[in-house]
Amino acid sequence: MPIRAVVKRSHYADSMALMRLATQLRAAPGVRQAAALMGTPANRQLLAEAGLGTADVAAGPGDLIVAVDAESAAAAEALLAGLDDLLRATVATAGGETAVRPRTLDSAVRQLGGANLACISLPGYAAAREARRALRRGLSVFLFSDNVPLEDEVRLKRLAVERGLLCMGPDCGTAYLHGTGLGFANVVPRGRVGCVAASGTGLQAVAARLAALGEGVSHGVGVGGRDLSAEVGGVMTRAALEALAADADTEVIVLLSKPPAASVLPELARAIEAIDKPVVVWGIGAPGASRPGHRVQTLDDAAACAAALRHGRPWHPASLADVPDATARLARWRGRPEPGGGRLLGLFAGGTLATEARALLEPLVGPVGLGGDADPRGARHEILDLGADEFTVGRLHPMLDPSLRADRLAAAGDDPSVGVVLADVVLGRGAHPDPAGALAEGARAALAAARRDGRRLAVVASVIGTAGDPQGYAGQVAALEGAGVEVLPSSAQAARYAALCLDPSLARRLLEAA
Amino acid sequence: MSRRAGLPEAPLRVVNLGLEAFALDLAAEGVAVVHVDWRPPAGDPAVADWLDALDDDDDDA
Repeated sequence: MPIRAVVKRSHYADSMALMRLATQLRAAPGVRQAAALMGTPANRQLLAEAGLGTADVAAGPGDLIVAVDAESAAAAEALLAGLDDLLRATVATAGGETAVRPRTLDSAVRQLGGANLACISLPGYAAAREARRALRRGLSVFLFSDNVPLEDEVRLKRLAVERGLLCMGPDCGTAYLHGTGLGFANVVPRGRVGCVAASGTGLQAVAARLAALGEGVSHGVGVGGRDLSAEVGGVMTRAALEALAADADTEVIVLLSKPPAASVLPELARAIEAIDKPVVVWGIGAPGASRPGHRVQTLDDAAACAAALRHGRPWHPASLADVPDATARLARWRGRPEPGGGRLLGLFAGGTLATEARALLEPLVGPVGLGGDADPRGARHEILDLGADEFTVGRLHPMLDPSLRADRLAAAGDDPSVGVVLADVVLGRGAHPDPAGALAEGARAALAAARRDGRRLAVVASVIGTAGDPQGYAGQVAALEGAGVEVLPSSAQAARYAALCLDPSLARRLLEAA
Repeated sequence: MSRRAGLPEAPLRVVNLGLEAFALDLAAEGVAVVHVDWRPPAGDPAVADWLDALDDDDDDA
């Protein structure tokens, strides 16, 4: 296997630009594998593990390494010879060449004047230092970076609280401040619902559903997935709740939690109890019905409950929002001549949506494995979170590059054990420009293969998005429906409809009860 | 000493470090944003940490 590598000295590019470059290299003829990474020790280890390590390459953290494994040495060398052109095309500085670009946070603060927020998406090893510097300069921080050590997170959040600032993250994918989206965010109207979220896709799902219900977001404070751990102690969740409680623009608060450590629960419950606005709580193990707050089971319900509370309306959870629509879909499904049955395969881009789908499905269809490993309970059904680390080493996240997921969806058509495929499609700023287009191709191929083999296959999806998103909600839904995909209004409703396809006898429980 | 955590006041004025796409999105929305042309720190990380600690002592405004 001819592996060739090139080092570009003192050539820094951000991770998204590097992933775009690697994706382009992989698409070149004769290329088996390719990577473009900065030469940090951790990245060099990754290259070696991916079989792309070349012992003779010397590079430091400020140097760019591009490695290619091709069918022939000539193919690899030809590709690398054209690297400068590819770099210009994929790592272009979109800000233009005329603007003076500061090299440090301090000079940027001076240049901007009155800076009040630092948005940090640097590699994990460098992110904490810049975040601390920002907090010390009086800026709140949106910290998108992952791989920030836990002890750094604890220090940063303590520093933020001391200074009366927010430290959103690390590993904070999405936030809204004064209605402006940060990171991966759907374009939603400004409104009166404030959110505190441990999950970026969770916040996107709630914000998008609120928009569909005619509501808007005042602020959405992300806190990162570890805030409610014993070590971090929920400091930023409590600080954010307090800030939204005092915020004149916020009438209802939604808390999207991750399972909190037992030691964090009492203070969290007290913080919720102290708020004189309605608080909707989603998250396994979060303070429940017997404790303060309105507890909901799904992200869909979190949005619906918040909307109802804002207008003083009663709210009751519904399995499927549009029962006649779901009933009609199910009748068409039942009327198909091919035999049904089979197992469920979930192909998810959002980890929180995958976890929620599993929690909803298990009581309906039995054990559902989550992740790529064999389920110890021998579960028939399986959900893959294709955004998990095991699927994204050296690759773009499926929200940025839908091709891997589309390939897996197409392959499901050739797997006679699969009866239903369930997927999420996440739109918004930062996401791929046409995720539904790629998935629709995969679905078309899968459905055609199943028809050819005389099998009944359903592809069920939800689209997390709004009319204001760059991709456009209606067009993305139409692309999926045109390919034969059943599109439901939320991820929870898609999961329940998928369960109905697997076992139509659930109709009494899910449709008639509503 | 802790103060009540405050949301940044409107309008947002943002310094962006890392993915440039985030700065472009904010600018397109009309938010004041400056993107930092960040480079990995040169030399020994331990020395960089030490310099940072000195910086922190100086700047406690």
